[in-house]
Amino acid sequence: MADTAEAQTSELAYGRTEWDDYHHLPTNTGLTNEKVTMWAFLGSDCLLFGALISTYLLCRNRVGPATKGPTAADLFDIPFTSVSSFVLLMSSLTMVLAVTSIQRAEMERCKLWLLTTASLGSIFIAGQVYEFTGFYREGLGYTTNISSSAFYTLTGFHGVHVSLGIVMLVTMWVLVTRGILGPERAETIEIIGLYWHFVDIVWIVIFAVVYLIP
Amino acid sequence: MAMTEERPEVLELESGETTPSTGAFARPTHASGWRAWFFTIDHKKIGIMYCAVAMFWFLCAGIEALLIRAQLFTPNGTVLSADQYNQLFTMHGTTMVFLVIMPLAAGFANYMVPLQIGARDVAFPRLNALGLWLFIFGGIFLNLSWFLGGGPDGGWFAYAPNTGVTYSPGSGMDFYALGLQIAGIASLIGSINLIVTILNFRAPGMAMLRMPVFTWMILVVQFLLLLSLPVITVALVLLSFDRTFDANFFNVAMGADPLLWQHLFWIFGHPEVYVLILPSFGIVSETLPVFSRKPLFGYSIVVLSGIAIGFMGWGVWAHHMFVSGLGPVGVAAFSATTMFIAVPTGVKILNWIATMWGGNIRFTIPMMFSISLVSMFTIGGLSGVMHAIAPADTQQTDTYFIVAHFHYVLFGGALMGLFAGMYYWWPKAFGYRLNEALGKWHFWLVLLGFNTAFGPMHILGLQGMARRHSRYGPEDGFDFWNAVSTIGAFVILIGMIIFAVNIIRTWLRYKAGTVPQEPADPWDGRTLEWAIPSPAPEHNFDYVPVVTDVDDFWHKKYQADETGKLRKVANGNDIAQKGDQHPHLPSPSYWPIVLAAGFPLIALGLIYNLWLSGIGLLLMLGAIFGWSLEPPTDPEAGHDGQGDDHHPDENDPNSDSAIVEEAPVG
Amino acid sequence: MNTATVSEEEGHEEHHDHGLSDIGYIKVAVLLAILTAVEVATYFFDFGVVEIPSLLILMAVKFQIVVSYFMHLKFDSKVFTYLFLTGLILAMLVFAAMATSMVFWQNPSGCDASAFC
Repeated sequence: MADTAEAQTSELAYGRTEWDDYHHLPTNTGLTNEKVTMWAFLGSDCLLFGALISTYLLCRNRVGPATKGPTAADLFDIPFTSVSSFVLLMSSLTMVLAVTSIQRAEMERCKLWLLTTASLGSIFIAGQVYEFTGFYREGLGYTTNISSSAFYTLTGFHGVHVSLGIVMLVTMWVLVTRGILGPERAETIEIIGLYWHFVDIVWIVIFAVVYLIP
Repeated sequence: MAMTEERPEVLELESGETTPSTGAFARPTHASGWRAWFFTIDHKKIGIMYCAVAMFWFLCAGIEALLIRAQLFTPNGTVLSADQYNQLFTMHGTTMVFLVIMPLAAGFANYMVPLQIGARDVAFPRLNALGLWLFIFGGIFLNLSWFLGGGPDGGWFAYAPNTGVTYSPGSGMDFYALGLQIAGIASLIGSINLIVTILNFRAPGMAMLRMPVFTWMILVVQFLLLLSLPVITVALVLLSFDRTFDANFFNVAMGADPLLWQHLFWIFGHPEVYVLILPSFGIVSETLPVFSRKPLFGYSIVVLSGIAIGFMGWGVWAHHMFVSGLGPVGVAAFSATTMFIAVPTGVKILNWIATMWGGNIRFTIPMMFSISLVSMFTIGGLSGVMHAIAPADTQQTDTYFIVAHFHYVLFGGALMGLFAGMYYWWPKAFGYRLNEALGKWHFWLVLLGFNTAFGPMHILGLQGMARRHSRYGPEDGFDFWNAVSTIGAFVILIGMIIFAVNIIRTWLRYKAGTVPQEPADPWDGRTLEWAIPSPAPEHNFDYVPVVTDVDDFWHKKYQADETGKLRKVANGNDIAQKGDQHPHLPSPSYWPIVLAAGFPLIALGLIYNLWLSGIGLLLMLGAIFGWSLEPPTDPEAGHDGQGDDHHPDENDPNSDSAIVEEAPVG
Repeated sequence: MNTATVSEEEGHEEHHDHGLSDIGYIKVAVLLAILTAVEVATYFFDFGVVEIPSLLILMAVKFQIVVSYFMHLKFDSKVFTYLFLTGLILAMLVFAAMATSMVFWQNPSGCDASAFC
């Protein structure tokens, strides 16, 4: 077959739509890869926290011949934890405000809300640290009994998630301040917001089933 | 300067070009040599590496199996001590599951899925490379245990409290727990990458229900991984914390319930077995139609049954625990759900048989392996249904009857399917076919050896031979079938040696020019990967393929005439794309391998010295930093060896526009 | 105070693509705070037999509000909803089954595994 005929059949078979620059490829869903990634990851994280929460619920009342010390539930200071839960809840609000302000290209506002969110998150972590050192002094160490191991592991995983979130928020603050992250990249802040809200809703569940439910 | 999806420019010059702020963040540019492989982010190279490394672990796990069989060749065998035996069966299982079957499937998925959907690469190429290196380092880390005090010895399922410090005092189980966590992160990353790729990067016109079945099965598998890996992560973390930090999760004296481990492990473990088999189901759903010259019978049903298996697989896990003290209600419930899950699998078998029925069968090597999957998996599935009947399972469990079952489904099913895929897709990946005659020897020896090795295990199991015992006595009456089984295992070895010879010899002959170069479409295939040259060019497709049908490539070659008969209207090799375009591609990167290297350091530190973990953590943080800051592509980089005159601002349409699903053809 | 009331108030302030206005989000946050206060009240007052159900319902409502409004799921593509709900519902079902099995169905201690008692 002549070259033109071959080229023609090739074109007829598969058209001549050119490829875009790799970094601007359109998506079938119309949704960005990054956002789909974050939601898929959050779906996965539900299984992680589901396993940890179930483990705690199944372990918290178990006793054996070597059991000693208080359980975590014996030592809860509900008023204190309520305050830190409230703080985390409000950090979700400030996170949303950070997202809406960058969507409106209000960069200074965005920086303010990012920093506020990170600060509220840090206050939450500080509260956890205070709470746990208090428990430790009252005889609830990591290895004291099975409920303590389960409690600290669950809340520890949550705390690590929050801390990573704080690191991301501060990083975003830096990038916005340096002008590297502009309003056209608002979705980045939105995606970090999704992670932050997830960490908050996990705490909503933990606060209810671990702390409040007797 | 065009903004990229991923990261900001660090330094902009007045000319509008970008340059990294320090040389340290320049991206590698090697197009050949070992560095082209170590720093690649190309899904095809990554796919090949997944498979190559997996075949190395296959060799290791095979040797482990042969040692086991040697020990069991005679009663009161003296080849291995009980302790060595425990390590060997643990590592054989762990290696085969996590370091052979899963990465082989991942390798095929990485190579083929973007081609099958008409994409240029996966959604996150550097993340793809990270997954590969985490798998490699995780596997090495796990196997370091052999040299550092002994391998893990608690079985691949690692039941606690047996695997706690009291009963497994060495560090073998620590290598197991930490090594699997590293490998698990690799699979999780890969799963997200492939899900996003399949959802977002399909060619125009490729609706979900026009995707090839292999891609569909891979999609289901990625969801299974996405959702099941966190559960085993928790289980392994609880075990690690018990062992390293003295937690009490599996400390019975503290009131722990040992079944907690079993539930958490098998909630992962059962979806995991579908992770192991569905890719091979997908491969076979490709090869059977091609080599029967008939479309897959009931495409939608096959896809739907794959999805159904994915869903139902979550409801059956405790059938691995029938004799653990679940209680009659639990046993009955899981027995029922397990029987139900046979249905969608049976549907697939029927669809495959119906595909072949009346077809114009070509008994190529991939076809032979595919047919053997259908038959061998059916046998394995039948023994599986027998296990589902809980009272019967009370006798069968922990005997060789179970060993027979899972080897029939995993070797006779998953591995046979993967061999089919290797022979089928070898020309696409490497540009030549593996030798047919050697392939026949490979196939028959493996099929014969496999049945000889594992068929008798049904008998041994029903006679009461227990699993995981390093020896049996002469009074047991197990001598004959054990001897037969061991012979079968060594026949498999011969078959695999022939396979290795085939690979090496054919490659050498191809380089010497005595083995022909294969064209784009050597098998008269049905799917898009055959519409590009063999081996696949680095950029995959010259032009975006626009799709109008399932088996779109087939429909471009065969169309119905006035009487309704299918007529060949074009030759695949003529209408395939030529591979002569040179679009710009994302550059390789140092950071995936550097980041991956941090993980085994952290893990070693947790076993030996926390300072090492600190170093690993610093390495990780540095790599994340470097990854975020490196430029999107090296402006000087060539592609296919050519200079780059890429101007990103030209023809740059609205970057977030959605592709219309029903795009017009041509 | 229920979510239906809140949505009606928010309705005329919504920009459908972008969810609520800032004031709308603040109102949602106030609602969440009130719900939290009710939760905490169970610690101080005896709610009797409705205590556990109330806590669970309040938890679920707060969860849903944050997901739908703050995480924007209500206004975004259904793809995200499917991705998230798959994980969430699977987690709930699987771990409920595991817990049921371990708490209610398991052989009581003293029965060995092979006895099927």
